[in-house]
Amino acid sequence: MATVAGIEDKLKAAFQPIRLDIVDQSHRHAGHAGVRASVAGARAGGGTHFQVRIVAEAFAGKSRLARQRLVYAALAEEMAGDIHALALTALAPDEAES
Amino acid sequence: MTNDPVSERIQQEISANPVLLFMKGTPSFPQCGFSAAVVQILSRAGVQFKGIDVLTDPGLREGIKRFSNWPTIPQLYVKGEFIGGCDIVREMYESGELATLLTEKGLLAPAS
Repeated sequence: MATVAGIEDKLKAAFQPIRLDIVDQSHRHAGHAGVRASVAGARAGGGTHFQVRIVAEAFAGKSRLARQRLVYAALAEEMAGDIHALALTALAPDEAES
Repeated sequence: MTNDPVSERIQQEISANPVLLFMKGTPSFPQCGFSAAVVQILSRAGVQFKGIDVLTDPGLREGIKRFSNWPTIPQLYVKGEFIGGCDIVREMYESGELATLLTEKGLLAPAS
């Protein structure tokens, strides 16, 4: 299953973020069709819905679409598998309020 | 570009509908919080849109991900252009960019 630690490792390797916050929100979606469909999610009670806030130089000058595509690409394996939803905020350093 | 029938259908829908939302459930009965959020934003923005329920068609559900090269649903198209999913639509709504875009595309009367 997808874990906060696993996602953190991949995003850190891909973007060397200045700031990275990941929250597993799967419990808020328990019983949801996508969660039931994921055996791992049902068994472990987590690992399907994540909220990510990432601040990295890599996003500077890039459109919202381009930023999300970069993050999705870094997490391609997880997006194709266990992750049902990823609420994402990707900011360049000068856009983040510390 | 492709002879894939699902892609052709998607392209036809995108061409025929200026504001098109690929979503889980219908605008009246969204089946997912993220789809519901985009429906709510479009309704608040006051723009007419068509919702296509991908849950009724597994081929479409996977096909739209390939078509847009985007792994999640909902997906919003405006005048043939892929705008993004829930996060992007929400950010654009909150910053006023969504209203600007819809106005520029002639889909919304300018704010008086």
